Amino acid sequence: MNPLRLVLAALVVASGPASAREFSEFQSAKSTLHFVSRQMGVAVDGRFTKFSATLAFDPARPAAATARLEVDLASVDAGSPDADDEVVGKPWFNVERFPTASFVSTAIRPLGGDGFELIGKLTIKGKTQEVIAPFTFRQDDGNGVFDGAFVLKRLDFGVGDGVWSDVTTVANEVQIRFHIVASPTASGN
Amino acid sequence: MISSARYSLPAIALHWLMVVLLIGLFTLGLYMHDLPLSPDKLKLYSWHKWAGVTAFILALLRLAWRLGNRPPPLPAAMPRWQKAASHGMHHLFYVLMLAIPLSGWLMSSAKGFQTVYFGVLPLPDLLARDKEVGELLQTVHEYLNLTLAALVVAHVGAALKHHLFDRDDVLSRMLPFRDRA
Repeated sequence: MNPLRLVLAALVVASGPASAREFSEFQSAKSTLHFVSRQMGVAVDGRFTKFSATLAFDPARPAAATARLEVDLASVDAGSPDADDEVVGKPWFNVERFPTASFVSTAIRPLGGDGFELIGKLTIKGKTQEVIAPFTFRQDDGNGVFDGAFVLKRLDFGVGDGVWSDVTTVANEVQIRFHIVASPTASGN
Repeated sequence: MISSARYSLPAIALHWLMVVLLIGLFTLGLYMHDLPLSPDKLKLYSWHKWAGVTAFILALLRLAWRLGNRPPPLPAAMPRWQKAASHGMHHLFYVLMLAIPLSGWLMSSAKGFQTVYFGVLPLPDLLARDKEVGELLQTVHEYLNLTLAALVVAHVGAALKHHLFDRDDVLSRMLPFRDRA
């Protein structure tokens, strides 16, 4: 960490208690979880319609923040009815055995300005990998809004194995984009 | 007979190139449509789309060539109604050669799958993703193709009739080699 950041961090910590405002009430209807896969070189948008987040984030004290995400994999919209049916099956998510994917944060670091870095363990299909996701935080209409993205390799999680493991057809890299909205903790301030 | 007025070489080349391309596209479209989802299906769809874009470009070239180069006149002995029918059919061919790939392109956009020519050159999505519009365009794409198939049958039938029964040069002037008869 460079000296300027240290000073800034110290200032933030010092001013923390006065401006402390923790965001922890997940707003399901306002949050979205998208992913972009590449099929034959073509970016295809998809999303999960059911997921929940448990979080506690005070922009003044990011180090103390925690986040946990549970995704109902059967709620996938993979871009077409064909793909929706396919992707819940055994070669992909195998939702019968692994109905949810989860993310548990291990650290949140400030990157300066409204930028942060979310580090944690992502578990899909029984396989866990560390992921690092830069995100921005802003306050909008009293709510905390988190926007971030990261790229995972689907084969690290055994997602799309067998015939689908040919990454020239469906790329290994999948971009995940999250937009999480949380209102302030009810008992806050 | 001596066929004095033949189609120009580019017109002949484009005609037969498109015969091959359109038969391939049509057959592939019919085949791939009902396949269960697999990597092969994704590949076939991409190839179909790339070939379709190629057909669209060739159709534009062909239209440009046709507008600048009048085809040889129809035999003078042909009844007027047959000439009118022939002209009508050829107009319809050009409309379909452009409308079919266009409907496929729009369908892809509406279904949320952008067309990226040879996996390299992205074509703009002219429509936003919309499931119902996508399904409507799929139906349009299918019916335009069925119309084209019917038109091809009539076209081939007419060409053979001219060649075998009328014994004129309507077919031979479009053949890629000179008729030695």
